[in-house]
Amino acid sequence: MSPELINLIIQATGESLYMVGIAALLGTAFGLPLGVFLATSRKGELFAAPIVNRVLGIVVNATRSTPFIILVVAIIPFTRLIAGTSIGSTAAIVPLTIASAPFIARLVEAAIREVDGGLIETASSFGASPLQIVLKVLIPEALPGLLLALTLAVVSLLGYSAMVGAVGGGGLGDLGIRYGYQRFMPEMMLAVVVVLIALVQLVQSAGDYLARRVNRRLRHR
Amino acid sequence: MNAHQSLAVGQPIETLEAISPAATEPDAMVRFAGISKTYPAYRGKPGVNALQNIDFAIPRGSITGVIGRSGAGKSSLVRLINGLEKPTTGRVIVDNKDISALTGRELRLAQRSIGMIFQHFNLLSSRTAADNIALPLEIAGWTKADIKARVTELLALVGIADKHDRYPSELSGGQKQRVGIARALATRPDVLLSDEATSALDPQTTRAILDLLASINRELGVTIVLITHEMSVVRQLAKEVVVLDAGHVVESGHVADIFTHPKHPITQSFLAEVVGDSLPVSPASRIVSEPSAGGRAVIRIQVRGAGAGDTVVARLARELGLDVALLSARIDEIGGQHVGSLTLGIPGGEDAVTRTLTWLSQYQFSAERLGYVA
Repeated sequence: MSPELINLIIQATGESLYMVGIAALLGTAFGLPLGVFLATSRKGELFAAPIVNRVLGIVVNATRSTPFIILVVAIIPFTRLIAGTSIGSTAAIVPLTIASAPFIARLVEAAIREVDGGLIETASSFGASPLQIVLKVLIPEALPGLLLALTLAVVSLLGYSAMVGAVGGGGLGDLGIRYGYQRFMPEMMLAVVVVLIALVQLVQSAGDYLARRVNRRLRHR
Repeated sequence: MNAHQSLAVGQPIETLEAISPAATEPDAMVRFAGISKTYPAYRGKPGVNALQNIDFAIPRGSITGVIGRSGAGKSSLVRLINGLEKPTTGRVIVDNKDISALTGRELRLAQRSIGMIFQHFNLLSSRTAADNIALPLEIAGWTKADIKARVTELLALVGIADKHDRYPSELSGGQKQRVGIARALATRPDVLLSDEATSALDPQTTRAILDLLASINRELGVTIVLITHEMSVVRQLAKEVVVLDAGHVVESGHVADIFTHPKHPITQSFLAEVVGDSLPVSPASRIVSEPSAGGRAVIRIQVRGAGAGDTVVARLARELGLDVALLSARIDEIGGQHVGSLTLGIPGGEDAVTRTLTWLSQYQFSAERLGYVA
């Protein structure tokens, strides 16, 4: 493979990491509080607001049921409003964030719901405020699950990022389509797939390792 | 809002006697006045009257047992004391504060003077023993240095100073409950609520934890409220007892009085658990309803309190000259009183049985004839 092609792969990997990294950060920034709220706002719960809970649930489901490639195109005006342009890697971060935030929220909701309800009662019994319960009990206790959720979200984002070539977002998926498929370069397609597999393995292993380290439920030496 | 509730909100405590005499008992740590608790119907499940007409006081510095079968309302009762639940009617006064009328920040401040321990310990798996104990102090806004000193003191108090950096997954059940106790005592509460705290522990560990609670009561003067379904816990630790059944207080008072003269069937059934009122299988299976020649009549004597139940067999044999057989016996001490039952075989036909029963009634023993053995 020529040095130019290798450079292309390196550049595309950088674009993918940039888009996925920033989208994962922003998706978590929105998805974590949203997920905590979804997990604690049903009737009788910490931040009980059943109607708001239901409305947010519908919005989250609507976003999640829209195919990503449709979402990318459908929100172009919004993307232009936020990023100033609708083309390029930075612009692609907008749909990636919008797709990942509800996904992360649902995963966070599931992880938070796994925390033993007795712990909420315990913290309430010594006078903890709802916010203290979230920060000192729910999030620390759910941390292993939250880390695994984030890992899953990053892996999904890598998959989504392959589609943003449609709006000139670049990245590995775009490279694979344009060179590997449209220019009939199977070696390029193979290289893209290998890099993607390696990235996913790396992210998953790192996530598993961190989740295991913070999981004190398991007996460890 | 019904009439009861509007009465309970925002009135000075001085008018409590209007609701309940128990509520004005002097020197009470916790007072229940006209309490009822109803859980409304929800998602097709019918509503539940968990507690009704609850009026009693828990003396300051006492160890008070609240005993009842599952579903009797014990958990609701204890959660009224620390404001985790609100009564449907009536008021709960803790240390002269109407905790049932407090909300938000005021309630959270009041909750710091009420500690609670749980059946399943409820420790945070993500925190070490020391950090679990530190949690209520962090919530109360203590400084790091104060927390550190207090946690060291508490770990020593509950006898696990060496477990400072251990996670709950590395501790035994007894050690976990010690952490729970230390955590409950961290903010120096006046009341310690124990919700079935020993139900998940083996008998030996239960004993050690109950001993620890007794010494905490003795040395710190903390009022302890023990919720339990186990008679042995009440017997070992409590001085006062409240018997709950189907949301009602059926008996309450000193442990010695209640269990030497149990009135309600539920109280009697709890007592039977420790004094073994039922006969062992072997003599029970041999009892028949008709006497046989040379056989014995089977008589069961209830031993309740004073009256020297422990010497009754010797005296009976000596004073009536009967060759009394001891078929089964169990005498225990509850609140310093003898409580138990003796099952005797009396030889010599109907005449001897009549003499025995007369003699027993003279000494205020309650006795009954169960049948005959060969």
